[in-house]
Amino acid sequence: MQHNIYIYIFVMAAVTFLIRVLPLTLIRKKITNKTLRSFLYYVPYVTLAVMTFPAIIEATNSVISGVAALIVGILLAYFGVSLFGVAVCSCVAVFVIELVLKFL
Amino acid sequence: MNKKWYIKGLRDGIPIALGYFAVAFTLGIIAKKAGLTAFQAMLAAGLTNASAGGYAAFTLIAEDAGYLALAATELVVNARYLLMSCALSQKLAPGTSTLHRMLVAFDVTDEIFGISVSVTGTLNPFYNYGAMSVAIPGWALGTFFGVVMGNVLPSAIVSALSVGLYGMFLAIIIPPARKSRIIAGIVVISMALSFAFAKIPVISEISSGMRVIILTVVISLVCAVLFPVNDEEGEENAA
Repeated sequence: MQHNIYIYIFVMAAVTFLIRVLPLTLIRKKITNKTLRSFLYYVPYVTLAVMTFPAIIEATNSVISGVAALIVGILLAYFGVSLFGVAVCSCVAVFVIELVLKFL
Repeated sequence: MNKKWYIKGLRDGIPIALGYFAVAFTLGIIAKKAGLTAFQAMLAAGLTNASAGGYAAFTLIAEDAGYLALAATELVVNARYLLMSCALSQKLAPGTSTLHRMLVAFDVTDEIFGISVSVTGTLNPFYNYGAMSVAIPGWALGTFFGVVMGNVLPSAIVSALSVGLYGMFLAIIIPPARKSRIIAGIVVISMALSFAFAKIPVISEISSGMRVIILTVVISLVCAVLFPVNDEEGEENAA
């Protein structure tokens, strides 16, 4: 059976939007349950940490440059460098390390 | 006030947009393989703003899969946004209108969620609009050019740009980890378990989107029971 690309796109967009919009529109009050509040408080830290590692060391052409990006990112973030600064320096670290690796 | 938040969002959105542009480029290459035109790929990307969701969808479209299979896959791959939207619902002021909530919902991505929770106090929707107004074009245009230009960016550049988003995540989670031992411990444990899940046979076959959900729910729940958060603490920091 031949499917229509635009119906495919509609299905993608509709499902993705529903997932995002239902909690935001349905949960309107401050949640008072302490465990649930604590759960939602920890979600961002856990989910961002899980998404960052080990993905960061697998995203680049070499594991070594990925590890370099991780170390540079952690150090700069620890000393309070901005989002943009940390992002750019991580990229530069990968570029430089991969350049150096070529000459080793 | 709204204008100030919009500009702040715009500024924080620029590194996201640049990172998106690079990542979306590879998404465009996949869209082209699946038979989408540059316009269709751009439309799909601009309407969904989801990386893993996009990859999964284009792979299914390439196989001429059914609409229901596509819907089910998108549900699983993007389910982490459900958790993020729940967390964000607590970050918005309770009186925020439905329209604002829907607009914010349209672009709940890993990155925009990340910067949204890093805002001190309640979240002003205009902060998200600022970030969205550069992030969405970055994502959509990156996909468009990925289809049109294929593999023209040198691999060294693509490789370097691919860590930009992770660098940003680190910039979001490390400063609070420095202040709180509990959060520091949680970050380390989350990364260690994520690594283990990615390497252990059988478990590593679970899709990465699903692994993120399982780990997020389990670790956050255990922490919520072991280290319940005081109200003041929750207000002061993030979600």
